[in-house]
Amino acid sequence: MATKASRSAARLMMAPAVVLLLGWMLVPLIMTLWFSFRRYLPLRGGDLGWAGFDNYVRFVTSSSFWPAVQTTLVIVVGVLVITVCLGVLLAILLDQPMWGQGVVRILVIAPFFVMPTVSALVWKNMFMDPVNGLFAHLWRFFGAEPVSWLSDVATPSIIMIVSWQWLPFATLILLTAIQSLDSEQLEAAEMDGAPVLQRFIYIILPHLSRAITIVVLIQTIFLLAIFAEIFVTTGGAFGTRTLSYLIFQRVLESQNVGLGSAGGVYAIILANIVAIFLMRIVGKNLDN
Amino acid sequence: MTLTKTLRAATAISLIAAGGAYAETITIATVNNGDMIRMQGYTDDFTAKTGHEVEWVTLEENVLRQRVTTDITTKGGQFDIMTIGMYETPIWGANGWLVPLDDLSEEYDVDDILPAMANGLSHDGTLYAAPFYGESSMVMYRTDLMEAAGLEMPDAPTWTFIREAAAAMTDRDADINGICLRGKAGWGEGGAFINTMANSFGARPLDEDWNAQLDSEAWAETLNFYVDMMNESGPTGFATNGFNENLSLFNQGKCGMWIDATVAASFVTNPNDSEVADSVGFALAPDNGLGKRSNWLWAWALAIPSGTAKADAAKEFIEWATSKDYIELVAENEGWANVPPGARTSLYENPNYAEVPFAKMTLDSILSADPNNPTVDPVPYVGIQFAAIPEWAGFWTEVSQEFSAAYAGQQTVEEALEKAQAITNEAMEAAGYR
Amino acid sequence: MARAVTPRRKVINTSLAWLIGLLIFFPILWTILTSFKTEAQAIASPPLFLNFDWTLENYGVVMERSNYARFLWNSILIAGGSTILGLIIAVPAAWSMAFVPSKRTKDILLWMLSTKMLPAVGVLYPIYLLFIKMGLLDSRAGLVIVMMLINLPIIVWMLYTYFREIPVEILEAARMDGASLKEEVLYILTPMAIPGIASTMLLNFILAWNEAFWTLNLTAVNAAPLTAFIASYSSPEGLFFAKLSAASTMAIAPILIMGWFSQKQLVRGLTFGAVK
Repeated sequence: MATKASRSAARLMMAPAVVLLLGWMLVPLIMTLWFSFRRYLPLRGGDLGWAGFDNYVRFVTSSSFWPAVQTTLVIVVGVLVITVCLGVLLAILLDQPMWGQGVVRILVIAPFFVMPTVSALVWKNMFMDPVNGLFAHLWRFFGAEPVSWLSDVATPSIIMIVSWQWLPFATLILLTAIQSLDSEQLEAAEMDGAPVLQRFIYIILPHLSRAITIVVLIQTIFLLAIFAEIFVTTGGAFGTRTLSYLIFQRVLESQNVGLGSAGGVYAIILANIVAIFLMRIVGKNLDN
Repeated sequence: MTLTKTLRAATAISLIAAGGAYAETITIATVNNGDMIRMQGYTDDFTAKTGHEVEWVTLEENVLRQRVTTDITTKGGQFDIMTIGMYETPIWGANGWLVPLDDLSEEYDVDDILPAMANGLSHDGTLYAAPFYGESSMVMYRTDLMEAAGLEMPDAPTWTFIREAAAAMTDRDADINGICLRGKAGWGEGGAFINTMANSFGARPLDEDWNAQLDSEAWAETLNFYVDMMNESGPTGFATNGFNENLSLFNQGKCGMWIDATVAASFVTNPNDSEVADSVGFALAPDNGLGKRSNWLWAWALAIPSGTAKADAAKEFIEWATSKDYIELVAENEGWANVPPGARTSLYENPNYAEVPFAKMTLDSILSADPNNPTVDPVPYVGIQFAAIPEWAGFWTEVSQEFSAAYAGQQTVEEALEKAQAITNEAMEAAGYR
Repeated sequence: MARAVTPRRKVINTSLAWLIGLLIFFPILWTILTSFKTEAQAIASPPLFLNFDWTLENYGVVMERSNYARFLWNSILIAGGSTILGLIIAVPAAWSMAFVPSKRTKDILLWMLSTKMLPAVGVLYPIYLLFIKMGLLDSRAGLVIVMMLINLPIIVWMLYTYFREIPVEILEAARMDGASLKEEVLYILTPMAIPGIASTMLLNFILAWNEAFWTLNLTAVNAAPLTAFIASYSSPEGLFFAKLSAASTMAIAPILIMGWFSQKQLVRGLTFGAVK
């Protein structure tokens, strides 16, 4: 279809993006790889020489490593499940005829505009504070003992905060997908007397599969990197230390850049495993 | 047009000449504590006196640490003055990253700085940061509740007394907790508190050869005592309470006692902020009969990173902010109770300040803290609630996270100490001590 | 679209949707309300909903303490600058991927996305050192570049999926008529692509506005945006709910208002190829 000229023009048009991203990927990556083989302790005078694989061994053998991997996966999967499930339901609801649809949509997408630091601060202090938080007031009103959210149920609390931030995104994408659904098909099924659940499983869900994959892919990329929400709320305590938080602790709190860089390399490997896994699915979905 | 420009330039030059020195704009990174925020309000006084302008970068404590540490270790040169503490100063000073403050002016009277503070902010006898305010920790308690419980607080209580008094003052129905203490994870939060408590129980985090000692009997005793006492008489969710959370609780009248930084005394006795301002008493931090009290020593101080081109202007600022005149300025406008405490000897010799109810106890607490001999058994480091080694902030934060999990009942004290022991040894190995 | 529904069902739909909508929005509403309370009212028990003395005191305190205008201006410049720069680079790339696809197009696309997976904290030191070398610390230009690079994969992908939905037949017809590449882009593609570009722009702007790691760690004074502004209010001494709320409201209000006004555009193009 395309001529040779347009092909080379296309390549030229793609070049800036590719070159820039290649640089943005390679330069820090190479520096990280370099540091990961060095004993690099800024507070002890900087680069203290070759370390071999010490940093790599030390990072994985640390008692915090596997729990951190686990926490990362729990948070990512937890948020994905919540946002996708609620997102689908909410999208279906918002697709129904109603009064004030536009206003409701505005209310629903609002959390997406809130910066993560602010949302973490607001949730932590004004809702989850066990003494003055709104939840504590609510619990006491019903005669219950207030819950210490960010210590007793820290990981679920963080999942909740992050889900609140990402639900709008999932809902929006799923809503556009639902709106493209052929309503005649649905109506026909309704006429045929297909129950709600069956219509949902056989018509709506297959139609949404592509949108769901995309929500999962994009959110995973962002969720693997969540940091502010943990930094502000628990500081990694109570089993909320994710892999990227563990790296933060190694690099900044312990001031061991070599060790942290080795952790960074592991995080890249983990992210790529997840990515390959995801892209297999998305790739299939993108092709058709 | 050219003429106007020339004229303007000429005016500028003459202005500078009149000022005697080149007017600069210095950038100061600082923490968002009350005293620093107040200092920002007086910046105009500094500008009027010296002609230098100030740009403030005010950050929350954890963000500030992260920001200034990155900048100083990479020589980023983003700040002309950094607000740092007693932990960072000797380490950075030893690395040659700070401008020595050895040529401060005569009027500044450097010898007036409390010796405990000056020592903690020096390396090899050279001062690297000037204390803006200094603190120890002490018991703050509600005199009315204490009386109602039929008890009397001694000037130097023991832990046993504190625990009994806490139980006696607790009234869950009235939402009064006998004692509020830090439990929040972080080396500067609950981690600092528990370490001072451990010192008084005869525990130590490290032995002379840098071996972790968290599996010792004394540590188990400390943590068990703390957890039991807090479960008996502490507020719900104490595992996430830090300085600020406890301050709110105390000011709302929800704490019988609170053992924390001496600077808090001016907040809890300030009727604008505190509902219990007129019924607060003070006592030394408790001991356990082993000769060590559980009080710490800390100062927020101003330091100049070496490499800044504006070291002279920065020095002028430090001389202004930590001077006797600044204290006078605040006293004049906001009363003596609100001046930055714990930095200068002359403040405690001032008869006006002696009338402030917490002045004497603050000084006594500071004087009774000894960073060179913090523990019952010897340790290889200097510092009370921390060890002045680069690795401390990292691994002690992780250790205190394990402790907080134990406070919240997610693991036993024994499990927490076992993990803490492993974390500490790992850190010592990674740093090459062992 | 207009499906026939019984009034009863419409009432149920409406009330359910409003309830959920308000529930989701409530944290923001509560923050805004709290910002108008005094510190004592902010922690009053039982909590005060509307029955308090509205005050602007907190906003006054925040304005006095921080140079809000500068933080705001930096946020606008950084988010805006990175969006424009990103589009300049991403539009041609996405265009060529969508209309002149090769065997490797999809691989390139997925590789681009994978560059987003490098954990930011892990590369703070390398990037900080690079920024020092290049004199970019605390400069808006530096942040514009970083924000652009961080979001580039997402916007390339978003544009790509949008462009792909433009029917190729139209282009081919235009080519038959002898339209040049320039004309093709200018007169056919651009008008059709504008909704997609608009929503990509908005998404990028929001993401850049809310990014809180690099914007905080690579700035001090001159380039510090609202994410740095909020960092000075997060846990001060004493009661702070009301002041924190005021600062939070000030940090999110501009983007929230912009988002609300432009939500139609945002929604229209925010499909990432989810719709076939």
